[in-house]
Amino acid sequence: MTVAHNSPSGSNVRGLTRRGLLARAMAAGATFVVGSGFVAARDAAWAVETTTLKPATMATLIQMARDIYPHDRIADRYYAIAVKGYDTAEKAQMVEEGITGLNLVAKAQGFDDYLSAGWEKDRVTMLRMIEHTPFFQTVRAGLVTGLYNQKEIWPVFGYEGESFSHGGYIERGFNDIDWL
Amino acid sequence: MADNVAKFEHDDASVVVVVGTGAGGGVLANELAQRGIKVVALEAGGRYLPEDYINDEWDSFAQLSWGDMRTTSGDWRIARDFANLPAWIVKAVGGTSIHWAGASLRFQEHEFRALSTYGRVDGANLLDWPITLSDLEPYYDLAEKKLGVTRTNDWPGLPGNNNYLVLEKGAKAAGYSKVSTGRMAINSVDNDDRMACQQTGFCFQGCKWGAKWSAAYTDIPRGEATGNLEVRDHCHATRIEHDADGKVTGVRYIDKDGTEQLQRARIVAVAGNSIESPRLLLASASERYPDGLANSSGQVGRNYMRHTTGSVYAIFERPVRMWRGTTMAGIVQDEAHHDPSRGFVGGYELETLSLGVPFMAAFMDPGGWGREFTSALDSYENMAGMWIVGEDLPQETNRITLNPGEKDRFGLPVANVHYDDHPNDIAMRNHAYAAGERIYRAAGATRVLPTPPYPSTHNLGTNRMSENPRDGVVNKWGQSHDIPNLFVSDGSVFTTSAAENPTLTIVALAIRQAEHIAAEMEKGTL
Repeated sequence: MTVAHNSPSGSNVRGLTRRGLLARAMAAGATFVVGSGFVAARDAAWAVETTTLKPATMATLIQMARDIYPHDRIADRYYAIAVKGYDTAEKAQMVEEGITGLNLVAKAQGFDDYLSAGWEKDRVTMLRMIEHTPFFQTVRAGLVTGLYNQKEIWPVFGYEGESFSHGGYIERGFNDIDWL
Repeated sequence: MADNVAKFEHDDASVVVVVGTGAGGGVLANELAQRGIKVVALEAGGRYLPEDYINDEWDSFAQLSWGDMRTTSGDWRIARDFANLPAWIVKAVGGTSIHWAGASLRFQEHEFRALSTYGRVDGANLLDWPITLSDLEPYYDLAEKKLGVTRTNDWPGLPGNNNYLVLEKGAKAAGYSKVSTGRMAINSVDNDDRMACQQTGFCFQGCKWGAKWSAAYTDIPRGEATGNLEVRDHCHATRIEHDADGKVTGVRYIDKDGTEQLQRARIVAVAGNSIESPRLLLASASERYPDGLANSSGQVGRNYMRHTTGSVYAIFERPVRMWRGTTMAGIVQDEAHHDPSRGFVGGYELETLSLGVPFMAAFMDPGGWGREFTSALDSYENMAGMWIVGEDLPQETNRITLNPGEKDRFGLPVANVHYDDHPNDIAMRNHAYAAGERIYRAAGATRVLPTPPYPSTHNLGTNRMSENPRDGVVNKWGQSHDIPNLFVSDGSVFTTSAAENPTLTIVALAIRQAEHIAAEMEKGTL
């Protein structure tokens, strides 16, 4: 599976036209465009090509990842990167079964499926019902590194990462607090 | 590495074999080599120097950590959160002295007399050390000089970073007075061919400036430069052999090519940390020593201590940027004394700590998720943090055992680490959480996060020192009660854990032990 990044104005994502993606987005009415073997952002800024998982499964998994560790200032593509490793022959069955189970919980809660629940609190209620399953725990634990170890999101938290090459902070504000 | 590094034959039975090269083994190996004694040091890990260290938490963790399989049991939260990672320690030449934060505190006088001072405590296996503070003071002096400890020997204290300034403000407002940037083995000025701290952060990932003392780039190369020390890296000790008289004769190990070797020895000193050292002694069981070497007391592996720890992080209205600068940048020592009116015996220190975003996500609330978790991380830039380090009580049932159900890559049983919190530990931790919260509220915190213990960095007590051979594994020199040419040279000899970070005491004991071994060899008694 690959994750492709495109500029928001890009017209082509993995062979899909921007217009085509948007058309599917309208049709799907969901956060993600779910095409044949693709999950993509509505604005076609990025796309995930699935090779083993059903695209709908991947789309649900990405939403589930966001609901586990919701950061409103972090874009979907980082959650997609964090879970892309599940799109393998080895892991697909576990994920397909896990998402099927999650969608059954959603039905029992009166929704068509997990993605159909519009409010986070409804989806979190469903996740609480499966949080002790190996599937949930695997996905959650994987996100701890899969999401938070992406350097691209560190600026969202203000975290500056590596500092040795800048000479540390001795001349760059190690004691610059001014509000105490 | 020095040019004239020694190379000893496997059948050279005149060498001292030191297993492990951290603050204990690395210092012992150098101190012996400086006295003209031939040493082979076996190190399970590889060789990494400041230019190799990585300013990245997970990449560094992969580079340096002891990641071999271990198992856990007991009611401590680590057994649930990090079932196969009970300890966060280093597998490399220089050992955990690469990772340590640098806090260098002497034990308090009464902490060497825990049983006498605290009295019997139900469920605890308290004992007085066979040495006193005054016995160790000359060696603390030497250790502080070796490590370049700030606020000793006229070296100034380090400047306080943002995380420290928040701690200081809150602690003073909360009525505490013993608040400072502490005694740190981090150069505040250029010293000992090492430069001063550049406030880079990433102290836990190995100091890329070499400003923090580590055996990796001080004692090890200096020992090698004498021509008396050979360090063999990627060599994993598997068994200590003995002769018909019961004296140890050498160490079996797997070398970097996966080949088993036997290095003969005049003396063996075990310094593999409080998990691996008892594991090696237990794994060396023989017909003569069916319960493992040095274990006539049955105390090998028992009394495992890891300090009463936990962290308090707090969120403020405005940015703190705690990751900038020295990780352990300051200390509050007002609670370090013994005062049973607080509801527990012993005391604790509060020391600043910071984690980067990747480790904060892993350690802030292991297993946690949802908005409660992520809204805290969203305020990461506005966080300050401190770590609790307090005396935990030795319990016989807290112990390292061999787990026959799990094998390492050499097919050997892994160590199981069992730990149950003692009620005293829980009372102390709760007291410290409240103190930490009071400090940060006094500095204006809007939210406080009492954070559970990390995998253990302070691993102590599993081959403890005792006056009476019945009560412990080694005597006041770290020499085993049972086998005169078998020594233990790491934190596992601690009789009790005290409230202070252990490295300075490990180093002081190693210097003292080297002096003793050299004197006994000179006399012909070893």
